[in-house]
Amino acid sequence: MLGKTAGGIYWMFRYLERIENIARLVETGQRIALTQAEGADGEWTSILTTAGVRTAYEAQNEEVTGDAVIDFLLRSEDNPSSVMCCAANARTNARTVRTGLTREVWEAVNECWMTLRDLLARRVTTRDLPHVLTTIRTRSAFVRGSLHGTMLRNDIYDFARIGTFIERADATARLLDVKYFVLLPSISGVGSRLDNTQWEIILRAVSAEGPFRLVHGNQRGASAIAEFLILDGRMPRSLAFCYKKIGDNLDYLHRDYGIRLPSHDHSDAICHRLQQLSIQDVFEEGLHQFLQDFMGRNAALGQQIEQDYRFIK
Amino acid sequence: MTGDPLFDEMFGTDGVTRAAYAEFADWFGSEDPSRLRAKAREAEEAFRVTGITFNVYGDPDAGERLIPFDIIPRIIAAREWAKLSKGIEQRVRALNAFLHDIYHRQEIVRAGILPVEMIARNDAFLPEMIGVDPAGDIYTHIVGIDLVRTGPDQFYVLEDNARTPSGVSYMLENRETMLHTFPELFSRNRVQRVSRYPQSLHRSLSACAPKACDGTPTVAVLTPGIHNSAYYEHSFLADQMGAELVEGHDLRVVDGRVAMRTTRGYKPIDVIYRRVDDDYLDPLTFNRDSMLGVPGIFDVYRAGGITIANAPGTGVSDDKAIYSYMPEIVRFYTGEKAKLENVPTYRCSEPDALAYVLDNLSDLVVKEVHGSGGYGMLIGPTATKKDIAAFRKKLEAKPGNYIAQPTLSLSTVPIFAKKGLAPRHVDLRPFVLVSPNGIEITPGGLTRVALKKGSLVVNSSQGGGTKDTWVLEED
Repeated sequence: MLGKTAGGIYWMFRYLERIENIARLVETGQRIALTQAEGADGEWTSILTTAGVRTAYEAQNEEVTGDAVIDFLLRSEDNPSSVMCCAANARTNARTVRTGLTREVWEAVNECWMTLRDLLARRVTTRDLPHVLTTIRTRSAFVRGSLHGTMLRNDIYDFARIGTFIERADATARLLDVKYFVLLPSISGVGSRLDNTQWEIILRAVSAEGPFRLVHGNQRGASAIAEFLILDGRMPRSLAFCYKKIGDNLDYLHRDYGIRLPSHDHSDAICHRLQQLSIQDVFEEGLHQFLQDFMGRNAALGQQIEQDYRFIK
Repeated sequence: MTGDPLFDEMFGTDGVTRAAYAEFADWFGSEDPSRLRAKAREAEEAFRVTGITFNVYGDPDAGERLIPFDIIPRIIAAREWAKLSKGIEQRVRALNAFLHDIYHRQEIVRAGILPVEMIARNDAFLPEMIGVDPAGDIYTHIVGIDLVRTGPDQFYVLEDNARTPSGVSYMLENRETMLHTFPELFSRNRVQRVSRYPQSLHRSLSACAPKACDGTPTVAVLTPGIHNSAYYEHSFLADQMGAELVEGHDLRVVDGRVAMRTTRGYKPIDVIYRRVDDDYLDPLTFNRDSMLGVPGIFDVYRAGGITIANAPGTGVSDDKAIYSYMPEIVRFYTGEKAKLENVPTYRCSEPDALAYVLDNLSDLVVKEVHGSGGYGMLIGPTATKKDIAAFRKKLEAKPGNYIAQPTLSLSTVPIFAKKGLAPRHVDLRPFVLVSPNGIEITPGGLTRVALKKGSLVVNSSQGGGTKDTWVLEED
């Protein structure tokens, strides 16, 4: 397959993953705003930071308000990570790699873009927000569903999956890093109201309240949440899970092509570390330092893959 | 030719349903118009989801547009088609022989049939192609012959497209949409298949592999990129053929072969179906500023390292000035009279013809020799006095740039309009594949239809639509 096609597929799925992550963040922010009397504006700021667009937002807006943040995250053309921009980018990449996709996948991503374009043509009112957020998630799920249901399990599929999990690992790590202070065992007074809110935000933003409850019951300890989202290999948005998948897909490529490349070593090292560490080790190293280090390695792996598989000249 | 009653392909000149349309008319008469209207909307939605769009040049806001699709098929009887396809085959054979001759001994010039300036002053003539021998001696592998009809047995060739004819994806998607929307029609009518086109194209291109190819030929489609108006078609054809869709920056010359950058390194290409104009093909040989082509591809081509389809320089055979010589060209290379007629054409480069054209501007269609897309032409009968005066100046300044033709009373086929069936003018572009194994013509082709009442302009860039085109099986 063409290097350009591999790159196009990889980015197409990074953008689709990003759409979902942004939708979840908006949903979480809105819920906090509706249920908490105070501190909601501060929460919107941290959501902007988590989405990695705070600087871009501040360049355009004087103050942080819920409406303005929601609009920026969902629709803004000045925000390259807005849902609308990501949907357009996902589709442009899909057009570029059209020959690598089944008709079903192409139509799903094209419909995703057409639907969101109509839905996000004007400002979303509070009343319409739930519907819009649900639609974003369903449309993205249709693409994923048609990928699973119709695509050959070959190198194209591997690049789609690698793109998905590099993006997802980055999003989870970023979320945890923005909130790392509430997860530090020394500071958090267990059970305080502030912490409960903050923990709810974290779990909601990765759709993990249900799964967390299944594993840990109603005990919400800071270190249990950190462990769940960093090291629990069963949780589909945890760093360990993402790296298990990245490792698997790189292995398939290794077997398929018969060549081992630098990205394989790179990914193995991260995988290995996530398997060996306990959550105590992470806290001893310093949660913030750990996450910073992880995000750096994750980004570097993305670049290495780009080079190893000749995405660009 | 004007003044004759208009010929409608469904209802003739007398309003009686013609045989090929009998089954269809029967079905249509028993359908509830509101159901048909709902179905028509459903068909349009299918096009939107599939993403069959074209981009309009020079209109950045327009983005991608859908070409309107009309649900009433254009139906051609088996007997009519058999006759047409013989004429098309003869013409395509002549085009290839002509191209070979032009780039070799130029016998047709020596014989005094074609004036030498028709070649020498032709921008599409590529001196670099002189003496080059393309694989299988084929220059134009994919041809579209534009036809119009004025009566039951009267067809004319309006234009030859020997460079990169587009529209074949519409032919295929129109049929898919009809099969999906009105399956019952296809059990009542036996319609010849078009769906094998992509496989035929792949087979036909593979059969023209260069001598450097060992084993199964690798075929790729070269596109200028996603902003090109026909990008959908490029990706569609690559997908349907199972070929790679490449852009110039995916390619480079490696060890005397043109190779594409894959995830496992550079891999040679044997046959490239290019949808990039000659000028942009190779910055080392042609337009130096081109970002769309591949530096050095032309040298590889000349050395037999790659087949380029269509060959560079085929444009010399399909401009409107050469067109006027087609009857002579066909006779010269096939030894037969042309089976398909040309529209009578006045070459404004010739003083007598120019004088006639200037005297009769309001009755004629005047076209630029190198124009396309329906731009830069004058349609005398519908033009205002001011338009004609302005055009007269352009014509007098550069007569050699123009040809003129009488306005034909083009046939109509009904469209499904708000108030039911309404006749609209159509043309037809059949698609032809040429390989050393022979000439293959897909039954039917692309029917373009002017959606505005009375309009003769069918171009999609100017509001034309398309129809599914049926060639019926023999009874």
